Amino acid sequence: MSVPLDSLVGLLSAVVDLPFREGYVSSIIYVSLYVSGTAVALSTLFSLPVALAMGFTDFPGKRALKSVINTGMGFPSVVVGLLVLFAVSNQGPLGTFDLIFTREAMVLSQFVLATPPITAISLAAVTGVDDDVRDAAHVLGGTSLDVALVVIKEARYGIATAILAGFGRAISEVGSVLIVGGNITSSGGISKTRTLTTAIQLEARQGRYETAMILGAVLLVLVLAVNAVVVQLGDSRVMS
Amino acid sequence: MPIQRRQFITVAGVGAVASIAGCSQSRGQTQGESAPQDQPGVAGETLTLTTTTSTYDTGLLDAIHPDFEAMYGVTVDAVAQGTGAALESARNGDSDVVLVHARGLEDEFMRNGYGINRRDLMFNDFVVVGPDDDPAGIRGMGSATEALTAIAESESTFVSRGDNSGTHTKELALWAAAGTDPGGDWYQETGTGMGEALNVATQQGAYTLSDRGTFISQRSAIDLVVLVQGPIEGGPATLANPYGVMAVNPGVHDTANYDLAMAYIGWITSPGAQAAIGEYQVNGEQLFFPEAVSEDPDFQQYVPQGWSSESSNG
Repeated sequence: MSVPLDSLVGLLSAVVDLPFREGYVSSIIYVSLYVSGTAVALSTLFSLPVALAMGFTDFPGKRALKSVINTGMGFPSVVVGLLVLFAVSNQGPLGTFDLIFTREAMVLSQFVLATPPITAISLAAVTGVDDDVRDAAHVLGGTSLDVALVVIKEARYGIATAILAGFGRAISEVGSVLIVGGNITSSGGISKTRTLTTAIQLEARQGRYETAMILGAVLLVLVLAVNAVVVQLGDSRVMS
Repeated sequence: MPIQRRQFITVAGVGAVASIAGCSQSRGQTQGESAPQDQPGVAGETLTLTTTTSTYDTGLLDAIHPDFEAMYGVTVDAVAQGTGAALESARNGDSDVVLVHARGLEDEFMRNGYGINRRDLMFNDFVVVGPDDDPAGIRGMGSATEALTAIAESESTFVSRGDNSGTHTKELALWAAAGTDPGGDWYQETGTGMGEALNVATQQGAYTLSDRGTFISQRSAIDLVVLVQGPIEGGPATLANPYGVMAVNPGVHDTANYDLAMAYIGWITSPGAQAAIGEYQVNGEQLFFPEAVSEDPDFQQYVPQGWSSESSNG
């Protein structure tokens, strides 16, 4: 993926005098997508079953659980970063895994951030599926898995929205990845834990606003592109 | 004052360790040049360096680290946090070596046993910057405390870093020396890095204390001028800004990569890296002045200032 991105940066360089080293921007984009993509994938794998289970069953404390999830949607990202820092620091319970200042720590914090919106919006989508659809699937002899798949298929727009909301929260987030990731590049200028958002923060701190703006534009384009792709998938693909 | 035997032995011991580290370093350097792959057991490892924003934002570390990485076949992860946070990360065992600029905080770190083998590394200076029209009339004052007093008395806007960084620590020490406890509407804490503080000061036509390096590297984007010079340009010695480098004590955190940290300290205080620091320029100006290599080394760099065996024994 680095080739087309580098040529894009080369194209931009013709217009603006870019201070970027070869591979710098593409490695930042890669880290951003890797961290947010992994976190959102893991969140989805976790959230969908939870949303289905909550959508289909009644149990004591369901309302309380719902409000916990809704509260989680507004949980401040820097607090998440701080808590993850305590967890993964060498003094913390996960200290033995040596996660501080790594992409894995960033994935962990973004997982915590993306899970509440994905769960809450998926739950709304799943709850919105007409009961008849579920009943029909049952009557036709479907297993629980079949029923779940049918419901997911019916609710696919809502679920796609949920995933996009989670992705949007993850990739635009700066506080927690800065705290747990450390905004590191190698001295060759290749990003290790630097994302688009933390790079923008760094450039702004150094007063290089043009560079920050360019990176901001890249981030916007990236978010738009991911939205377009997901909406396209939600339109055409049969999810069963 | 009688010489205390115990203190002398400790100081001599630390000095010996540091000089041995220096020797093994120069051996490593020659071998590294001939056959980097054979080099040391540390090849392939990663050194985590927590540091202040000024060394990072000026581009110094990016300029000199490739040499170290090539020599030892290692990777340096430089995390720019500000002096207070950099030391806190080291205290938690999350870094292997720290490069900061606040001797008081460094000494506390050393006294508490978290750091060892401190070396003076380099220095530059602080400058008091402000708007060209200079409402407090501090231009050309020979004393930083006089200048701060004038700013406080005229209640001209002053932007403070407010982030427990080396620069912030220096600023608070200067206020204390001026006998002023700054507060009120004219005194604004940004809680951010030097670059942002300079931007905020520009926008408000305010004064601030800046390290010369960040000021130079950002000068084109800001509308402030140096009103009180530091010692590099003949200003008062109180505005000196010395940087030190310390290894995280592996006796406290066995996760600290001590071998690599000592290799780093040996390298960055070696003649080659010191020359590279002196040659590093931004906008045609030298930002950092190396001081690790000297015919007349400062013995006190190895121990915290004001240290005595009594105080360390409790």
